[in-house]
Amino acid sequence: MIESLFPNVEWDKMWEATLETLYMTAMSTLFTFVIGLVLGIILFLTAPKQLWANKIVNWLTGVFVNVFRSIPFIILIILLIPFTSFLIGTIRGPNAALPALIIGAAPFYARLVLIAFQEIDKGVVEAARSMGATTWTIIRKVLLPESKPALISGITVTSIALVGYTAMAGVIGAGGLGTLAFLDGFQRSRPDVVLMATILILIIVFIIQFIGDAWTRRADKR
Amino acid sequence: MIELKQLTKIFDGGKTALTAVDDVNLSIADGEIFGIIGYSGAGKSTLIRILNGLEKPTSGTVDINGQKITDIKGAKLRKARQKVSMIFQHFNLLWSRTVQENIEFPLEIAGVPKARREAKVKELVELVGLAGREQAYPSQLSGGQKQRVGIARALANDPEVLLCDEATSALDPETTDAILDLLVDINKRLGLTIVLITHEMHVIRKICHRVAVMQGGKVVELGDVLEIFQTPKQEITKRFVAQVTESEDSSETIKHLRELYPSGELVKLIFVGEQAEQPILTALIRQHPVEVNIVQGKISHTQRGAYGTLILQLKGTDAEIRQALQFLDQENVQAEVMAND
Repeated sequence: MIESLFPNVEWDKMWEATLETLYMTAMSTLFTFVIGLVLGIILFLTAPKQLWANKIVNWLTGVFVNVFRSIPFIILIILLIPFTSFLIGTIRGPNAALPALIIGAAPFYARLVLIAFQEIDKGVVEAARSMGATTWTIIRKVLLPESKPALISGITVTSIALVGYTAMAGVIGAGGLGTLAFLDGFQRSRPDVVLMATILILIIVFIIQFIGDAWTRRADKR
Repeated sequence: MIELKQLTKIFDGGKTALTAVDDVNLSIADGEIFGIIGYSGAGKSTLIRILNGLEKPTSGTVDINGQKITDIKGAKLRKARQKVSMIFQHFNLLWSRTVQENIEFPLEIAGVPKARREAKVKELVELVGLAGREQAYPSQLSGGQKQRVGIARALANDPEVLLCDEATSALDPETTDAILDLLVDINKRLGLTIVLITHEMHVIRKICHRVAVMQGGKVVELGDVLEIFQTPKQEITKRFVAQVTESEDSSETIKHLRELYPSGELVKLIFVGEQAEQPILTALIRQHPVEVNIVQGKISHTQRGAYGTLILQLKGTDAEIRQALQFLDQENVQAEVMAND
């Protein structure tokens, strides 16, 4: 039945491509989370009247975030080719896609982190200060836990965007379902391969959304 | 002992500078419940925040038990803050933590080991009347319960001073009274100095020993609560006192009472402190042939004694009434005949 609907699909290749997509999504999500969080914390704490209020650092971080958030992803990949080949040693394969994926997504997540922190009641931070908390304690025990649901739903959205980015990166040879759909499917006129790759990408997206939603709900005690 | 000297705070907003606190000098004794009352914008919030270094004054000093809060910073200031804790109008609890974890928070900051934290939380939960609710999240508590958590949290590091920033302003009257009772209880049991700011004279009347009235960044009147209630000097103080004594002195009310009680004399008695607890009316009625009819009255209790007013209708001959008034005068009760117009 499935064989007749998808006559041209080579299942072991499809499975391998799925694993590559999952690998790229997972790794880039992980790094995006860490880098985005750090950028978000810097953006938040260096803003006027905040604990590390610093106009220059705030402005520089803001410019960095805004510039990389604004460059269309497909152009960003091309711009980063020299950087990638220096860092990874090649511009092909799943690992070579990671720098562009992370640099494209981390500034986006940094914005979401900033918004999440801005929604925390200022009084709670003031209360922590009145107890003699250090800034480090405030980050670890107030900012992060109090914005946890927003941080989780933010990384869910970012992770889903990253699935899309991996497919785009696939077109220029990153591997994964994107490459398979483009080279084996589109260029060799096999629509069933494109369809199967699409279905698998959709399944990945739904699973991420489901896990993210459930986790957000569990973290929210408000 | 808290000593504020020539404290001034100016907020520099570019073109316009705002003087929030203007040359404030105060001295607050150990174990005292000291109230600061003022309307919003009077500078009381800024003032209380200078006491634990959340705001830096433009000039002047704050000395708490020999330590100049205004001179220290960094780790030293953070250490000092553990002894000058604070509760807030909107409680400012961490919603992501349970009651137990919220109370543990300041102990974690102070580096207290887990076992001792748990023992302390148990004791505090007991003290503020929240036993059994340790595992609840703030969202599952009422406003009064949230403030109890706030108080327990503030007491965790055994502070010497408790600052209350409009701590009851978000609560209904009944809950307000319960929280105020708790504060008095803590003050007596732990000998804690309490500094509170409020815009409600009710709060001052109910728990404070002394009060400072603030207006435009300055302390315009300062004194014993009972004394302030008896003889408010400034216009603003009179208005605050009127919040709790109602409008019984207004000419409208007097006119209205005269219409209701056209015969005899209307006499207003003012009792303060001990007199409020003496059976003066009994003596008046037994010793004088006047008819006494109570028209209106109110006795309020402060931490420094009771005070109140009573409006009586006295009926009898002119001489009898005169003698009755003389008797009240001998008993040191302020009595005044309310004018007819």
